[in-house]
Amino acid sequence: MSRYITRLRMRRTYKWNGRPVGEDRKLKRQYYESMSISVEGKTEDATVSLGQYILIEGDDDDNPFVAQLLKLYTDDSGKKKTAVLQWFVRMCEVPQNKRKLLGRDPHPQEIFFYQDRSCDNEVDGETILGAVQIEYVPVQDPFPVGKSRDILFVKLLWDTKSFRALDPELMQPSQSPKSPPPSSRGPQTRALPTPDPSVMKRAMSGILTRGSMSTGKMSSSEAESLHSASKLSAAKALSAKRRSQAVSGPQVRKKLDLCSPSKNMSRDDVLGELLDERSEKTLTSKLNTSPTGRISISIRLTPLNLNKEECVSPLSSHSPDKPRMTAHDKDDAASVFLGVQPIEDDDPEPLINTGRTPRKREATPRRAGLRGLKARTPSRRKDSAALREPALAALAEEEHEDSPINTAATSRSKRKSAQLVSSRIKKQLNLLGNKIGLQSDGEDGDDDDCFIPSKIDLQSSSDEEEEAKIDSEDELIVKKHRGSGTSRSTEKTRVSARTPRKTPSKKTAPATPRTPRHATPSIPSRTAPARKPGNVLEEARARLHVSSVPESLPCREQEFQDIYNFVESKVIDGTGGCMYISGVPGTGKTATVHEVIRSLQQSAEQDEIPHFRFIEINGMKMTDPHQAYVQILQKLTDQKATPDHAAALLEKRFSAPAPKKETVVLLVDELDLLWTRKQNVMYNLFDWPTRRNARLVVLTIANTMDLPERIMINRVASRLGLTRMSFQPYTFKQLQQIITSRLNRVKAFEEDALQLVSRKVAALSGDARRCLDICRRATEICEHSGSQKNSSGLVGMSHVMEALDEMFSSSYISAIRCASVQEQLFLRAVIAEFRRLGLEEATFQQVFVQHQALCRVEGLQPANVSEGLTVCQRLGSCRLLLLEGSRLDLFLRIRLNVSQDDVLYALKAD
Amino acid sequence: MSKRRSLTEAQCVSLAQKLLRERLCHQKLPDRPLALDSQYKHLLELLRRTAVHGESNSVLIVGPRGSGKTMLLGCVLRELMSLKEAQKNVLLVELNGLLQTDDKIALKEITRQLHLENVVGDKVFGSFAENLAFLLEALKKGDKSSSRPVVFVLDEFDLFAHHKNQTLLYNLLDVSQSAQTPVAVLGLTCRLDVLELLEKRVKSRFSHRQIHLFSSLSFAQYVDAVRAQLSLPPDFPDPKFSDAWNHSVTKLCEEKSVEEILRRHFNSSKDFRSLHSLLFLSVSRVSVSHSTLHEADLLEASRLISADSKAIILHGLSILELCLIIAMKHLNDTYDGEPFNFQMVHNEFKKFIQRKSHSIHKFEKPVVMKAFEHLLQLELVRPVDSGVCKVQREYQLMRLMLEHGQVMEALQRYPQCPTDVKQWALSAFA
Repeated sequence: MSRYITRLRMRRTYKWNGRPVGEDRKLKRQYYESMSISVEGKTEDATVSLGQYILIEGDDDDNPFVAQLLKLYTDDSGKKKTAVLQWFVRMCEVPQNKRKLLGRDPHPQEIFFYQDRSCDNEVDGETILGAVQIEYVPVQDPFPVGKSRDILFVKLLWDTKSFRALDPELMQPSQSPKSPPPSSRGPQTRALPTPDPSVMKRAMSGILTRGSMSTGKMSSSEAESLHSASKLSAAKALSAKRRSQAVSGPQVRKKLDLCSPSKNMSRDDVLGELLDERSEKTLTSKLNTSPTGRISISIRLTPLNLNKEECVSPLSSHSPDKPRMTAHDKDDAASVFLGVQPIEDDDPEPLINTGRTPRKREATPRRAGLRGLKARTPSRRKDSAALREPALAALAEEEHEDSPINTAATSRSKRKSAQLVSSRIKKQLNLLGNKIGLQSDGEDGDDDDCFIPSKIDLQSSSDEEEEAKIDSEDELIVKKHRGSGTSRSTEKTRVSARTPRKTPSKKTAPATPRTPRHATPSIPSRTAPARKPGNVLEEARARLHVSSVPESLPCREQEFQDIYNFVESKVIDGTGGCMYISGVPGTGKTATVHEVIRSLQQSAEQDEIPHFRFIEINGMKMTDPHQAYVQILQKLTDQKATPDHAAALLEKRFSAPAPKKETVVLLVDELDLLWTRKQNVMYNLFDWPTRRNARLVVLTIANTMDLPERIMINRVASRLGLTRMSFQPYTFKQLQQIITSRLNRVKAFEEDALQLVSRKVAALSGDARRCLDICRRATEICEHSGSQKNSSGLVGMSHVMEALDEMFSSSYISAIRCASVQEQLFLRAVIAEFRRLGLEEATFQQVFVQHQALCRVEGLQPANVSEGLTVCQRLGSCRLLLLEGSRLDLFLRIRLNVSQDDVLYALKAD
Repeated sequence: MSKRRSLTEAQCVSLAQKLLRERLCHQKLPDRPLALDSQYKHLLELLRRTAVHGESNSVLIVGPRGSGKTMLLGCVLRELMSLKEAQKNVLLVELNGLLQTDDKIALKEITRQLHLENVVGDKVFGSFAENLAFLLEALKKGDKSSSRPVVFVLDEFDLFAHHKNQTLLYNLLDVSQSAQTPVAVLGLTCRLDVLELLEKRVKSRFSHRQIHLFSSLSFAQYVDAVRAQLSLPPDFPDPKFSDAWNHSVTKLCEEKSVEEILRRHFNSSKDFRSLHSLLFLSVSRVSVSHSTLHEADLLEASRLISADSKAIILHGLSILELCLIIAMKHLNDTYDGEPFNFQMVHNEFKKFIQRKSHSIHKFEKPVVMKAFEHLLQLELVRPVDSGVCKVQREYQLMRLMLEHGQVMEALQRYPQCPTDVKQWALSAFA
């Protein structure tokens, strides 16, 4: 990997090279071809120009984001430099669970062309770190060997769902500077740009077309996905805030009027352009519904742009939807919650990324209500506005006095009030739950109705705009940028990708496989596949094995619901929190949490809730508490580091805002083993979730209920909080239910037998594992005895009794009974000596005297000292006797490890 | 046939001896474990299910020393490996608590035995943590039906329970309770209380299957076993010799004195290991001139085995040292086992010399001291607490590590023991 300079070490200054090559008066933008980055203390400046591949500062120091630079522009103030990019992703940015889709080990220098319609492609120019070299490698070719480590290779395309072959044309490194945005209006300082050949080609073949601006379109695609929001968002907020102060309201409003019907831009399409630097709203939509959209024109770019703009502006200003739209845009955070794209519902062709249908949203009444609202399009919103509570409307009104209708746009922001608002909305939704719930079924139809006029709008406008290019075939990744109404919203939405300061430790890490850990160890696979269970008993045994994952977890519904609600709310809100779960071993703590995560992941899969990462660590599965950092970091980013470094990196990751961040759910099993004297591991684990940008949910599991009070110092316990849950040991009824549900109608046990097992276990420990193990053993016993005398074939009382006996009865008695004569005599001598002394301890010498006497009584030849010692040691090794100070042979201290009564009982029965 | 006939008597004897020694020194597994049929079946069934069905299991084999735990396991594994289904499928990892004294070493050993180190490349394992993560990763990757089952044998299982946090046990048992690579965790231990050593989480993950090996042999069975152990197999090259040998063994076992010896052994311990050492000694006495086992051989072997080690040492002492021992014995009698010091012993000895010694010369004190120190070296006497060295040597408190009876017996057998010394030892008061 290239060595780039970290911010901590030196400061970069960014300068435009040369004169602006284009200007958009309306937007007050000036486009540039290249930018030079000078670094303090270095003489030569690095220059990045359009079409080049660049590195963008990200939250991961060792792996900065990679992108291709498409556009550079500045706003009228000239202060803010914005870059438009085509992103690439590294393997480590691909979600862990999707990595195996690649089907091979990624090349260390491999990156993927990133096609995510929801990902924002505009970043602050000052986050550019420098240029990087990328080479396209055809899919079937091997990776070139011996190339510099600085070169990255791109072979495939990653569209958030699958890896696909990459069309090399998408990658074409256009050496000639890209044309200034064709959509820019007003006098051009340049002649017509030569259209990009690849674009032209595609355009002619009708593959690549562009979405026209239309209000209908817009209204149908007003929501944006969470991912994009996060990519933009919080991370950049700081610098954005600083910079956007200058922007005045009226100016913005003017822009808004002109261009709020923002264009949908294809990522692939360099011609597609942003209209407004301030608009940060990205959204995806598929523009293939409009038949007229198929007019694909790509050659007469610039001149027609004039028309286009002219066409659009009046249209958009007339559009009834427009004001609402813009107002809605004000809050980019709204998108977090409104992470739904209504257009999909109407879309005849399923989008690749979302296989979701509105119906799926109605999973639970509560969520259904919320989602129904989320999924509402602006048009629908109009209808439903009446339903909204005045409080909410008022709240919104404060913000957007210019767009009264839209006040109900359920805007939620990332500001502090976000929580408040969201909770209020939830409450309202609960209140409205009935109505909405009733409506929810009809929502599809509603949406369709609403969209029909929009589509007509779209068509008419599209007719006028000849250059409107609508993709009819491909799923386009479209970004929508819209002007926003107020300076406030600008402040929020204008975001720079300036992100965490880099630590000096940043190195050329990821490219080199440093550790053998990256080798994938695996147990060799067997030659013959495992045999499947043959009969009922075997089937039952397989089902009763603790490892078999049950279809559901009976008897833990309440706990499941509590944990589910906790994690879900945190994931939806994008906040963090801690939870402490306690319970004796075998009460289903870990299983329940896994079950929760599984079902949450399912709903995330269906886009019902935002995606999140699940990470699991176990105090027992690490050698040292500080290894927790290493494991978390490794699972999070696939990096390897020393514990100290890992702690620092995690600290930074969780405290710094960063784009592309998703909530992390961390399960810490066996928490008590993470205890250190200073308790800093636990402190950090509980402190991170409290950070503003952490988005970390920590679930901790341990055995003792009072662990926080017992071993944690105050500041740690306080951070853990009071969200606690205790798993009670199972009662016999629950155990019975667990077995029954596991058996799932496989008839292998008699009812009484089951009851006996569960009662016995419940009385002893309430450990479900024990219960299952006993049942398994009972099936084995049944199998063996069943072959001899034919019984019902079911596991009966006698089998269960035998299994219980085997597992619970103490083996001391049988051990004594099976001992040799001398050993038994010795035990007797020990007891005799104890009685004589009145103590529970004697020396070997004393016992030996008794032993010899007993031998004489029994008519045996008395043993000598050596033999006596041998006998004694043998009993000691079985732990029937406890021997102390084995160096002193005669003065060996002897104690009994069994009660005297047990010994006497065992000997008497003999 | 001609070849067989040509076997000389000497060859036959050495061949028979070789065969029996192999058997008695545990170099060869017996065909069937003796008197452990049900345990054998249970364990075999368990391992077979792991091998064939990919079912994870954990089991403890508990039995006193010499009860045949390892032998049982060896037999079971031998049979398991002869199953066609299991043959190529099972991976075996053997650990011993005495060798793998901590988890770090154990993990390295596991990795080595699983042949995973080639995945790691030439690099020797980095940290313990890395190794653990690596191994867990490897085990996690597998699943019930497709990966080869791994049989972990943990000899001296109780020692693993003393490792820090019981990390290894937790992880192995956790794997056995989750849907990962199928494993069978077999623990071998002689401690009956081994479950109490396990931490509650580890214990919960253990399946609580225990196979106990307690021999419930009767004496008749024991004698039968002796006969079987000493008999030559039917496929012995020289049938004539083997017939004669077997016949003599049968006769030997019926003899009264032999039965007595065996009963004595049986009384002291039922396990076969001590029996084997007895038989081994007697078999070693067989030679060409002495081609069958005799009663005397067993008697001699028994005498050797049951001899008291301390008494043998006493036979080698000088008269002066013996006198000191007697003095100490008297001191023990007088003060009821309280510790003594050299000065007290010397005084006692001087009294004896002054009163009635005719045969014993008067020894200088340093000479007596030297003799005392020799006894100390032989550990026939031991300082009460070795930690404190401030006291002068003469006054350091000591204890005699001999039983009353041992001294008397040694005295009886001591060659040419002076009569006055004997009398002194026998007298109740010095």
